[in-house]
Amino acid sequence: MEITVKLYAGLSRYLPENAVEHAVKLDISPSETAFSILDRFNVPRESVHLVLLNGIYLNPAEREKPTFVAGDTLSVWPPVAGG
Amino acid sequence: MAWTKNVLRVNLTNGSITHEPLNMQWANDYLGQRGLATKYLSEEIDPKCDALSPENKLIMTTGPLTGTPASTAGRYSVVTKSPLTGAIACSNSGGYFGNEMKNAGWDMVILEGKSAAPVYLYIENDKAELIPADDLWGKSAWAADEMIHTKHQDPLVRIAVVGRAAEKGCLYSAVVNDLHRAAGRSGVGTVMASKNLKAVVLRGTKGVGGISDPARFLKVTEAGKKVLADNEVTGQGLPALGTQVLMNIINEVGALPTHNHRDVQFDGAGKISGEAMLEIRPGDGKANLTTNGACFSCTIACQRISTVDKTHFTVKDKPEYQGNSGGLEFENAWSLGTDCGVDDLDAVTFSNFLCNEDAVDPISLGATIAAAMELFEEGAITVEDTGGMELKFGSAEALVWATEVTVRGEGFGKDLGLGSKRLCEKYGRPELSMTVKNQEFPAYDPRGMQGMGLAYATSNRGACHLRGYTAASEIMGIPEKTDPLVTDGKPGLVKAFQDATAVVDSAGLCVFTTFAWTLEDIAPQIDAACEGDWSAERCLEVGERIWNMEREFNLAAGLTGKDDTLPKRLLKDAAKTGPAKGRTNDLHQMLPEYYALRGWTPDGIPTDATRSRLGL
Repeated sequence: MEITVKLYAGLSRYLPENAVEHAVKLDISPSETAFSILDRFNVPRESVHLVLLNGIYLNPAEREKPTFVAGDTLSVWPPVAGG
Repeated sequence: MAWTKNVLRVNLTNGSITHEPLNMQWANDYLGQRGLATKYLSEEIDPKCDALSPENKLIMTTGPLTGTPASTAGRYSVVTKSPLTGAIACSNSGGYFGNEMKNAGWDMVILEGKSAAPVYLYIENDKAELIPADDLWGKSAWAADEMIHTKHQDPLVRIAVVGRAAEKGCLYSAVVNDLHRAAGRSGVGTVMASKNLKAVVLRGTKGVGGISDPARFLKVTEAGKKVLADNEVTGQGLPALGTQVLMNIINEVGALPTHNHRDVQFDGAGKISGEAMLEIRPGDGKANLTTNGACFSCTIACQRISTVDKTHFTVKDKPEYQGNSGGLEFENAWSLGTDCGVDDLDAVTFSNFLCNEDAVDPISLGATIAAAMELFEEGAITVEDTGGMELKFGSAEALVWATEVTVRGEGFGKDLGLGSKRLCEKYGRPELSMTVKNQEFPAYDPRGMQGMGLAYATSNRGACHLRGYTAASEIMGIPEKTDPLVTDGKPGLVKAFQDATAVVDSAGLCVFTTFAWTLEDIAPQIDAACEGDWSAERCLEVGERIWNMEREFNLAAGLTGKDDTLPKRLLKDAAKTGPAKGRTNDLHQMLPEYYALRGWTPDGIPTDATRSRLGL
């Protein structure tokens, strides 16, 4: 199935060159997890802080479980804050 | 240097300038800066006075840590009664002005009365004088800053100044210091101009002194700096992308107010985001962001220094705007960009330059323009009102035009200078104003972030994110993650953020330290600098006392619990997209519990027991 992966801020460097607006489409199997997907992009796990699945927070335990359906969007940031 | 224990009082009506000792009993109860100056204001003015009358006073104030080597210890605030809200105003700024005031030997400068003619106040250590400013009146903040520097032939004077907007009565005019830093919100600049006071100019050479335990102070401030450096947010995230990293995040979580809060997500968010500021633009081969910068003593350095593309329509014939200047923060990019539906990064950056140049609050300006755009699209405002401009959402030309006429107080800009509430009332659609206590919202939609809704509704200075920034918890997980769509636990969270922030402000530190620091990091720095015992527990009690004192000021000014609310759009009209789709803000589920936690009556008034407990 196809999902969209977005890597923002300092994680953008791990995106392939064909990424548009920090996003790429990706074919995954139903057994894949957020972390296994991020491993495909060689994103270091210690750099992963904020993980959103369709805009909703994915807590650390959920990042190791298969939670995806076709059309989902996974968005990931390193530690960031603002105001 | 902890407290200097000296207050400078300037009566602009009769020109008298006097020195007086700081009230140390009040300093012990209210710490400094925001808390202490609000105590002085509460004691010295009638909260019901006309904010733009000579009866109102304006206090420029530092905290005990301002000017010390503690990280971010350069903050000062401008405290007065707000002409926008009628409530307490306390607007906080960085840069170098606060440090200079402390080095000149003053904890605060109290400005009262009204000068018969334009003046500016020049302070050089113990010496202070009022100098005619007829030549500065009518000039922008930037032009006046340059003229003052030239006149005194001293590149090291630090200047806080108002622009043309304040002189023309724009109700959300700021006080700009060091060209690009601002005491931005609630119209503190409007009050300053109403006193015919164009600028306060400082030169301080007294140096740091009066630290209670210097050896321990250096040790604990060094430890504090290490915490900030080791933290990935304050050590890496904020220096790299600044607050603008939030643009894509808040859009993805569906809490990014768009088109005057008609929508909660913006298709163009990516084009005006922190990431976009790093991209090389085709016009001149440069990125929007040149570098980051820091305020006095700050080891985070989140400031943005930016340029506009020289080929862009805003600056192509204006070389004076083609150089580096203060760049976009998230709030400004949101208000001038997202809320107006404008995704032109150069246009938004240019409008922000203009806000700095003439000392206008870009949050209130952008939100007011967004309200005007909705009024225009609804037919309540026409081209006859604007003089021909099509004030449509998404129009970069309209944004820049509206900014220019407002910061200069010209034509329709005078209507925009009224702020969103008064503008919408004037054109017969008050329900389109996205304000609390007449102050415009910042960049978080309460439908997608329930806690921020309560924080806005109960903020003592009207809608404001910096009085209780629960977004840190609801989105970023600092200090711990809470669900933004859930109301449970939010009253306690809001209260905790509000009380802690009052302490940070009153110490003279930057609230951004709290992405890494807790009061357990901050209290030892206050304790080593100041006489007396300043535990985290005492600091929190002081914060709660300050919050309640501000509340008492507002109640005495005529505000009531009924003002602790949100616009109907946010309470009745559900979010259309994103994770908050179908949700409104459930303020009614949170407000009674918040009042109870505060020790207030169901009408929002501090009980006698609460007043007694806090020594009010």
